[in-house]
Amino acid sequence: MATTYRAPSFDYVRPPELDGGARGSPHPVIIVGAGPVGLACAIDLTLQGVDVLVLDDNNTVSTGSRAICYAKRTLEILDRLGCGDPVVDRGIGWRIGKVFHRDRLAYQFDLLPESGHRRPAFVNLQQYHLEEAMLERLLELGRAEVRWRNRVCGISQDADGVTVRVATADGEYDLRAAYVIACDGARSAVRDFLGLEWKGQVFRDRFLIADVHMQGDFPTERWFWFDPPFHRNQSVLLHRQADDVWRIDFQLGWDADPEEEKKPENVIPRIRAMLGDDRPFELQWVSVYTFQCRRLDRFLHGRVIFAGDAAHQVSPFGARGANSGIQDADNLCWKLARVLGGKSPPSLLESYDRERVEAADENILNSTRATDFITPKSAMSRVFRDAVLDLARDHPFARRLVNSGRLSLPTSHRDSALSTPDSATFAGTMVPGAPSADAPVRYGGRPRWWLDLIGGRCELVLFAHDSAQTTVAEVREMSRQHAETARIWVVARTEADADSLGAVANAVVDADGILAQRFDAKPGTLYLLRPDQHVAARWRAWKPAAVEGALRRVYGIEDDTHDGTQSRAA
Amino acid sequence: MTLTTAPNLAQPDDFYQSLIDAHAGLDDGQSTLLNARLVLLLSNHIGDLAVLREALAIARAGVDDRSEGGLDP
Ligand SMILES: Cc1cc2nc3c(=O)[nH]c(=O)nc-3n(C[C@H](O)[C@H](O)[C@H](O)COP(=O)(O)OP(=O)(O)OC[C@H]3O[C@@H](n4cnc5c(N)ncnc54)[C@H](O)[C@@H]3O)c2cc1C
Repeated sequence: MATTYRAPSFDYVRPPELDGGARGSPHPVIIVGAGPVGLACAIDLTLQGVDVLVLDDNNTVSTGSRAICYAKRTLEILDRLGCGDPVVDRGIGWRIGKVFHRDRLAYQFDLLPESGHRRPAFVNLQQYHLEEAMLERLLELGRAEVRWRNRVCGISQDADGVTVRVATADGEYDLRAAYVIACDGARSAVRDFLGLEWKGQVFRDRFLIADVHMQGDFPTERWFWFDPPFHRNQSVLLHRQADDVWRIDFQLGWDADPEEEKKPENVIPRIRAMLGDDRPFELQWVSVYTFQCRRLDRFLHGRVIFAGDAAHQVSPFGARGANSGIQDADNLCWKLARVLGGKSPPSLLESYDRERVEAADENILNSTRATDFITPKSAMSRVFRDAVLDLARDHPFARRLVNSGRLSLPTSHRDSALSTPDSATFAGTMVPGAPSADAPVRYGGRPRWWLDLIGGRCELVLFAHDSAQTTVAEVREMSRQHAETARIWVVARTEADADSLGAVANAVVDADGILAQRFDAKPGTLYLLRPDQHVAARWRAWKPAAVEGALRRVYGIEDDTHDGTQSRAA
Repeated sequence: MTLTTAPNLAQPDDFYQSLIDAHAGLDDGQSTLLNARLVLLLSNHIGDLAVLREALAIARAGVDDRSEGGLDP
């Protein structure tokens, strides 16, 4: 098949262990799998100063057509990791989604973003481009080691660490690590080695996925057809990717023969019927999938931690696979870095398990609902589905019921053990446990994005009092008490205020009050943000003991000492 | 709010006739579609999920009882 993409091929290097040249001390972290999730973990941990070793059984990036849509929160995490720009620059921004039923437009939606956010709701990009951008970033940071064509073929753990057995073309060898992050995908071998159950549901349906290269005059929109004339009784999805490549998903039904359907002589007529004319196109990739929703009971198994598809798998409707996996990495890495540094007890990792299991359940629920709408499981569910689509044309209420995949939104960990419940009233959806909103601010005399400034450590964010004097006095005292555990920010309303505060704290200017509005802040309001930018706590006024308590909670430290190594585990 | 099951229709006979008339001349498939559209329209009008769930539960219980009573499910 023709291609617009040449996959890189990375060299296998004979591991020194095979020649007796083993490393003395165990690796702090071994990451199994260099997919988007393993790479996100590797970059994040490197940024946190942790040495990582990445093992991958392959020697290139993702093959074929897999993830294409990356959601706003994922792009913000990629920004924090330092590789958001190449993804967004290369990616295709789209806003308009059209839903067709039979031969008519049922309705269209516009993801027109609220202004004052750096990143759009979604961009589309082939997974191989995403992985290349992430890999480039990892190599640029220089510290991590990636071993290609090194397949993990066994794993065992004891109280002190994990032994990883690795197979190469030249033979097998063992590695030791304090922790292993299993990012080895939906068919995770690590999961099998630990004998873990992989529970869930396989949907009785098949989908043909085709990447088509064409100079189409299709607009840059997401088109979803229910029961179109060119593919009766099934659904079709058309999405634009980079390099004039279009992704087309044809629902085939359970009885379709995957081998037959994959043959170009069967695929091409389907595409031809969809295009409705004889414009030239080239097939770049064809595969047939069945989709499933499954997850592990727990993501944390002693010193082996599961992330991404190895931990949970969803159907692609709503684009939640890579998106949620990268959010796993965002949640895990700061915690693991603290535990490795002896700053927090290992029990902090329990919060990764709880929070990301919660997120996985939310994603599985959403993608299962979309799948049930697209593939109705009974005659009556089909009747209701068609009635919804029918009504959607004229009645706005029914459009809200049409489900061809719900926008992937980050989980607000409302009941997280790391959060401190509100003691005052705040408006809006940015509750403790939710990620911080973005906003345009000025910092150091330049326009900046708020989310670009924060993260990687705890942030205390004070919205300036009306009196600069009060603010200065409070910030001085705050620095004295908390500067070791959190970075302190003041949000000022004018450049002049920021200048006068710049000597005592990091001062940003929120000239249009957008940050204050999104935080529902009043003068004197104080937020504590986690290293992954999620809200941990907030107050209408600073109380040192309350902030200390909230910080200990974020860091998973249960007693009065700050030193995690001496603390008791929860 | 709870589901009203006390009489609430001002003109019950007129309503009932309208409901039956609405199906006049339709085959079973079309009638099924009409009913589905009607359920969706009315559900949106009610809006309150707790009330809707109560209605669904009562509707479902009646059907389950009947099948236990020996009628074909
Ligand atoms: C048709 C389709 C459409 C999708 N669309 C979207 C979308 O629009 N948006 C979205 O967010 N997600 C989407 N997804 C899901 C997305 O592709 C996955 O969620 C994502 O790839 C998961 O990343 P990962 O790093 O966890 O696993 P993977 O990408 O599967 O990476 C696993 C890595 O581990 C390596 N590995 C495996 N076993 C071993 C071993 N024993 N030793 C060493 N290395 C090993 C593999 O070579 C691979 O590099 C889609 C998936 C499909 C199939």
